[in-house]
This record gives sequence, structure tokens and C-alpha cells, in this order.
Amino acid sequence: MQNNWDIQVRQISKSYQKVKALEGISFEVASGELFGLIGPDGAGKTTLFRILTTLLLADQGEASVQGNDVVAHYKTIRRSVGYMPGRFSLYHDLTVEENLRFFATIFGTTIEENYHLIKDIYAQIEPFKKRRAGNLSGGMKQKLALSCALIHKPKVLFLDEPTTGVDPVSRKEFWEMLKKLQEKGITILVSTPYMDEAALCDRIALIQGGKILSIDTPKAIQSQFPRKLYALSAHNRYLLLEALKSYENTKSAFPFGAFVHYSDQKDSADLDVLKTYLESKGLQDIHIVETVPSIEDTFMELVP
Amino acid sequence: MKAFLGFVKKEFYHIFRDRRSLIILFGMPIVQILLFGFAITNEINQVKIAILDRSKDATTQEIIHRISNSPYFTVTQLIEKESDITAVFKKGMVKAVIQFEPHFDEKLLREHRASVQIVTDATDPNTANTISNYITAILKDYQRDLNQNVTNFSTITPQIRLAYNPEIKSVFMFVPGVMTVILMLVSAMMTSISLTREKEMGTMEVLLVSPLKPYQVIVGKVIPYILLSLINATVIILLSIFVFGMPVKGSFMLLGAESLLFIITALSLGILISTVAKTQQTAMMISLMGLMLPVIILSGFIFPISSMPVILQVLSNLLPAKWFIIIIKGIMLKGVGIGSLWKESLILLGMTLFFIFLSVRNYQTRLES
Repeated sequence: MQNNWDIQVRQISKSYQKVKALEGISFEVASGELFGLIGPDGAGKTTLFRILTTLLLADQGEASVQGNDVVAHYKTIRRSVGYMPGRFSLYHDLTVEENLRFFATIFGTTIEENYHLIKDIYAQIEPFKKRRAGNLSGGMKQKLALSCALIHKPKVLFLDEPTTGVDPVSRKEFWEMLKKLQEKGITILVSTPYMDEAALCDRIALIQGGKILSIDTPKAIQSQFPRKLYALSAHNRYLLLEALKSYENTKSAFPFGAFVHYSDQKDSADLDVLKTYLESKGLQDIHIVETVPSIEDTFMELVP
Repeated sequence: MKAFLGFVKKEFYHIFRDRRSLIILFGMPIVQILLFGFAITNEINQVKIAILDRSKDATTQEIIHRISNSPYFTVTQLIEKESDITAVFKKGMVKAVIQFEPHFDEKLLREHRASVQIVTDATDPNTANTISNYITAILKDYQRDLNQNVTNFSTITPQIRLAYNPEIKSVFMFVPGVMTVILMLVSAMMTSISLTREKEMGTMEVLLVSPLKPYQVIVGKVIPYILLSLINATVIILLSIFVFGMPVKGSFMLLGAESLLFIITALSLGILISTVAKTQQTAMMISLMGLMLPVIILSGFIFPISSMPVILQVLSNLLPAKWFIIIIKGIMLKGVGIGSLWKESLILLGMTLFFIFLSVRNYQTRLES
């Protein structure tokens, strides 16, 4: 096994009764890399995290963290990784400080010893350190959970959907924090259902239905979109989408924010014909501009 | 070790911050023991009665005196006519009326036979029955004293047969049972709930992905409850001694040791439940239905085992509670030592080891097997 890979996953499969959660997943995460697993709910992200954090056994395939096999050397892994499960695993009846102190103690360390590591994050919730964790907002819970996962100075950090249920401002701050942690040499594997967060990772794996669709840098993934993409808007987005879906030249049409992203069966669409068609469907205020494909567009394109 | 102590400390935080578990831990034992001791009892105390004395002679005066001097009755009314009996009952002022027939004294002397009628308010049949038995006992008592002085036997014929032994205090039967139920509940239910809470909140995931070993998590969970259960057992025993005057004829040390053994039995059952239950709700239901009900019904606490159908008698042997009740009754009431209780103690010990073995086998180092 190569040494500069901190996480190696080879042909991992896992089924729950008849449901296939993961099918032949393989990827590597380099030391010091910020790697994103991007996919919707039910894609198999949490199952993969649990296999890597030694909580679940895979049916097939093998995986290792820092060269330690997840089955044979699970105890070594448990000592050296930080794990933040999808639901913030905090004790709601303990205060902020007590939670942090507890997690420091069970990893045989103290808050003081590794304070420098969590300072940027913890400083933001320190004013509330006497407050019970159950009474914190989603953003503050997330910061506390991250502090707890970091307090024992892990070399690899597993963050399972850390931004789900957190407001946009806190989400942005959170990713800035991850970048800083990466600068400290910590390898980070993070999962998210939000495509816009994917662009902030070094590399990403798009995952859907237990299979990896594509692995690359966010930029490369964006450029995988094979055709020209147009952003359309009209007075009624719903009618616009319906009209595009029944248009004979449509290759794809998806709502994207206030717009509808459209690609034509031909590489570049005949925009005048399209506009005439839409007008014939009774749409007004039609605007059509070419746009840069986002990761979400590529994802939708890759989904079988 | 430091990690382990940190874990135990966290458990104490959980217990002391959860008002619900605090009430179960400390409120319930006291309430239950007082409830069973005072309210749910077959004894009577200061019951108000009325007297219809149609004889008004020395003998009836003596009997009335004895009745009103007993701790069980207070004579609140003296009535004159038979029709008044219904009236006082309707007003609900008394629970019983004692009627002496006319010429009571004379009849007793000449015919050696006189009648007393005891009318009780049978809307509460148990109390009514007890009252009549107590009054009868007092009459018998008087009769015995009378016969010591007189050579020719005089009999007062009560219309109700003596069927109750006033010496048996029900609280003596309830205390061992209540103690068993409470220790079972506190130890088994609380540990199983507290372990499943970690699963439900997702904190178990983080605990598993930590250097803390599974046995440390379990022992750490159990230690606070051992301490609290021991405190509970002490409170119950003290209450039963000082409030109800229950004797502890045997050794306190042995009582403590046996209680500790039973606490550990219950705790290991709690751990076993938590390896099966996924949610706190399930854990609570299993503890209540699977442990509490059998303990109350089958352990001999309320219904005597000997009067159960054979199949239930056999089943009752599987309950740790049954053996523990035998042990504490033996120590507290009979004053016997380990010499007579070694068999029961060994059975309890065996059950405990079996439960611990099962829990260790079922405990998962991962989220699922």
C-alpha cells in the first residue's frame, strides 16, 4: 500500500437485507487532502463513513485508514481519527464545556493541551460554555461537535454531513474552518448533499445509489458536462420547465435556483427556434443566456 | 483510568440533571414504601364506630371501655334506637355499629350466653371484614379474662367467626416485596434506558470510535446505579425499621451483601435489555412488561406462590426476585444466616453470571453484527 494515501477504499460493497447501500466503491484520499463525497440522501455516504470509522463491516472489499486495515486494526484507527456523525453526537444535558471536556478525557487528553487546534472554532461558542448543548442553535452545535471531534488532535477527520440543518452563514464559516484545519495537515473526508459546497474541496467523488459516478477535482468535474448549457428564465418558472420538458430538442431541463438549466440535443441550441417555441406556449419575459455548468449540472447529467 | 473516571462523572451529570430519573430514583422508593406501608394495608387504625347499648350494665360498659381504649377504634357516637343505625351509616360518620342486646349482664350470668351484633359498612368489604374480626378478637379477649375469675363458663357469642390474626402486620410482608421491585426497577430499567439513550442520541457511535473499551462503557454506566441502588436499599430498610417498626433479626452485613448481589443481578439484566433494545421507549417497555409485572405478580410479593397454578409456580423459579424475597424475609423476619440461605444466594449468583455472560456475548463493538 502506498504511504501517501491516508484513506484507501477498494471495491467496497455493503447491503442491508435486500437494499444495496454500496456497490464496488473505490477511491483514495491523499494525506492532507480535503476530499468531498457529494451525493443526495440515501446515496450511501453514511454507510461508507461507518465502514471507514470501523463501525460497520463491509460485505466485500477492503479499506484502510493511514495504512491500517479497517477490520484487522480497528483499534488503532479508533485512537487516531476524529469522527463527527451525521446527527451531532453531543450530550444535550451537558454544557458546552462539559461536552468538550468529556471527549477530551476519553481520548486521554485535556482541553488545554490541544486548545490551539480548536481555538478558531471554539472561541465562537466559548461565550456560551455554561449553556447546555441541547439549547444551542444548529450552527453552534455543529461547531461544538467539530471541536469535540478535533480535541484529541486526530490525523484524519471524518465529517458526515456536517452542514445539514445549518444556516447558510454558518455553513460558509464552517468551510473556512475546514480549510484552516487542512492547512494544519489534517486529512479531511467530508460528505454533503449540497453541490455548492463541493467546489470548496480539493477533489470530490459524486456518489449516487451506492455507486461512484465520477472522481476528480471540482473544476474537472464541471468541465465533464458535454454540451453547452443555457440558463433560462420566464415569468413563470414552472410553466417554463413544463414547456421545456415537452420540447422535442430538449436533452435536459432542470430547475436551478431562479432559473431552468437547459441543454439541447445538438451541441449548441438554435436559440431563436427555442424562443419562438416557448412564446407559442404562452411564456413571457423569456431570457436565455449561456452559462457555465456547475457540479450539480454534471451530477444530474451523470445520474443514470 | 482517567478516561474511565471521566465517563463515570458524565453518568452522574446525566442522572442528576434529569428530573424524571431523579424522581424515579429517590422519590419512588419513599412513596412506594409509604404507600404500601400505610395505604395499601389490611390493618385498621382509629376507626370510628357507634355503640347501641340496650343493656347499659357493668359488663357492656367494660366491653365498650376495652373497645374504645384499643388503638383500632374510637367510639364517636352513642345511639339509642335500632333505627338510628341506618341513619349513622347513611351520614357516613361511622364504619361500624356495635349493638348489645337488652339484659346483657343478666343473660351472661344466668344463661352463660349473650349476643353482640356487629354491623359494618360493607361498601368497603375488606375493611368491614377486618373491623369485625378485630372487634371479635377484643370480645374473645374479654371473655377469656372473665372466665379466669368465674368458675362456670360464660360465653359471649359473637355472630362472626374469628378469622384474622391481629398480630400479623401487612407491612412486614410488603417491605421485602417493595424493596425488590424498587431495586429491580431502578437498576434494570435505568441502566437499560441510559445505555439505549446513547444509541438513540448517536453518541454511542462516537464512544465506539474512541479508545474507550466496551467494558469500560458498561462498567462506567453501571457504577453510579450500584451506588444509588445501595442508597435506595438503605433508605427502604431504615424506613421500614423506624417508621413501621420492622425487625431486622439477622445480620445487617449479610442483608447488605445480598442486596448488592441482587442489585448486580438487576443491572446485568438491564445491560442485557440494552443490547436488544434500540430505543429508550423499547428499553422501558421491556423493563416494565418483562421485569416489573412478573416481579409484582409472580415473585410471591402480593400473591402467594403456593396458591398459583403449577405452571406459574415453575415459572416463578426463573425470577431472580423470588429468590431475593426469600432471602430478605429470611434475614429480616426469621433472623437466619447464610447457612440457611446459601442455596438461594447461589441461584441468584448463577443467574447474575448467566446474564453477564449473555450481555458480553451480545454487546457489539460495532453498530451491528
